Amino acid sequence: MSPGIVLEGVSKFYGEVLGINRVNLAIEPGITSLVGPNGSGKTTLMNVVTGLLRPTRGSVRVLGIPTDRPEELFRHVGYSTQFDGFPRGATGLSFVESFLRLHGHDAKRAREMALHAIGRVGLHEAARRRIAGYSKGMRQRIKIAQAIAHEPKVLVLDEPLNGLDPMARSETIALLEQMTAAGATVILSSHILHEVDLVSDRVVLFHHGYVVAEGDIQGVRGEMDEHPMQILIRCESPALLASKVFELDSVVEVTLNTDNRGLLLRTRDAEKFYALLSRLVLELDLGLELVTPADDDVASVYRYLIGGGGSTS
Amino acid sequence: MRSPRDFPWRTWASQVRTIVGIEARAALGGRSLVLLLLASLPVLLLGARALFGHGRTPAQIPEDEVIFAVLYRTLVLRLVVFFGCVVVFTRLFRGEVLDKSLHYYFLAPVRRGVLVTGKYLSGLLTALVLFVPVTAVSWLLLYVPLGAHELVTRVTSGQGIRHLLAYCTVTALACIGYGAVFTLSGAALRNPIVPAVGILVWESLNALLPPLLKKISVIYYLESLCPVPLPIERIAILATPSSPAVAVPGILALAAALLVATSYVVRRMEILYGTE
Repeated sequence: MSPGIVLEGVSKFYGEVLGINRVNLAIEPGITSLVGPNGSGKTTLMNVVTGLLRPTRGSVRVLGIPTDRPEELFRHVGYSTQFDGFPRGATGLSFVESFLRLHGHDAKRAREMALHAIGRVGLHEAARRRIAGYSKGMRQRIKIAQAIAHEPKVLVLDEPLNGLDPMARSETIALLEQMTAAGATVILSSHILHEVDLVSDRVVLFHHGYVVAEGDIQGVRGEMDEHPMQILIRCESPALLASKVFELDSVVEVTLNTDNRGLLLRTRDAEKFYALLSRLVLELDLGLELVTPADDDVASVYRYLIGGGGSTS
Repeated sequence: MRSPRDFPWRTWASQVRTIVGIEARAALGGRSLVLLLLASLPVLLLGARALFGHGRTPAQIPEDEVIFAVLYRTLVLRLVVFFGCVVVFTRLFRGEVLDKSLHYYFLAPVRRGVLVTGKYLSGLLTALVLFVPVTAVSWLLLYVPLGAHELVTRVTSGQGIRHLLAYCTVTALACIGYGAVFTLSGAALRNPIVPAVGILVWESLNALLPPLLKKISVIYYLESLCPVPLPIERIAILATPSSPAVAVPGILALAAALLVATSYVVRRMEILYGTE
């Protein structure tokens, strides 16, 4: 499948301040999350991808279209930004509808599409109210409605879950999953890492304007040799298992749980460990209940690569 | 090379109409009170004169014409229309940058040149709707002290209606010319008020400038089209007024050139609200 978005050697400087530097990415259909601390370059990348910023160096193409051709680009791209401004006097409906008119839809069709999009983000009842009176979460949702109203193939969302209550969050996540199931390419940034984990097919980790890792999160975690993989095992005979796992040189540490019902081990080669465990399960009566990686989530990868406590903000 | 037929004129026209509609809604809020107050100045002044200035006779019509000529050039053109255009046209881009809402247009499938055209036309519509009626009403109020009969005669007579149409046309051309100037300054500069003041000084000094420099202004061409000459010309440096055949296309060409320049600026514009 051809990549939806291709960045080649893209840098963006604000005067002497670095936004992003030498970014090479090919983003495919599915959900790609941008993760990194504030000021790491996530929003800059999104603005460059949507033509709101011109790259200082390098080239960007979205579905093969250069970003300096808005008349072609935005037939296929929707972007919900972090900016909190809205056209003066606009209601939710007029806001979404007027931009659909710019797409060339007649008044009736634009109204239908706007109401459909507003319904998808759960704002139907507030559609005719002025945006100036909306709560933060409602403003966030009306921006998403505007971004999805024309059924874009590429959707870019900057912190889309910000300000949303838990119900609206799960509805938004379901909406993104529907769109990607239909073949859309979605890029989103979020500082809620466990939600990034839930929704993302791939992650791109940013730090100081550089891409420090990209790919599916397990793949990225697997390549981090300097941080042995942690695996949590719940079983009836953890001490017996612990005595056996040191057959492997790659196992560097084992910690028995205080309840004597499990252990946490660290290994440099998870594949070898899983093979050994399969053999031990057949040979010994371990009473195995659970085997699960303990640090192949976004938060752990983020902590190892960037530092901090697994929060991006 | 693409021929004009290859361009999607219908789509562009539809987008321009939509932009004018969106902008008209925005124009009704915020600064419309400032504009209304500004526009009401000549009407209030001439309205007061109409109320208290009874006893004028038809013999005094030439004197009234000169009064209006002075008032029109100083109050209407240089103050009301000029500053009205500053308010209306600089906010087209600058106002949206300050409101952090310009990016919505940049995220729509609209060529930046079409966006500039739509925004300029919306500003022009606002300016024309405000200032052309103000010009007409002010001119009519001038003749109210003569009584209803003389007022009707004045409006329906050849010379009277020619004067009225000429003043309204000059106001419209002022909106077109100054509108284009301030659309560009609003798009290109962070603080468009500074060039606005500079342009005002230049336009105000026009009467004292040498003939060649006079022509590098909008006011020279506008004043050339005014139907009644000013007595101030006795103390000003004289220059041959421009003929309508030069002045009208000149202002239109200037506006077109400035809009092309604005399109270039807006094509290169980035959304950097954080630095504003």
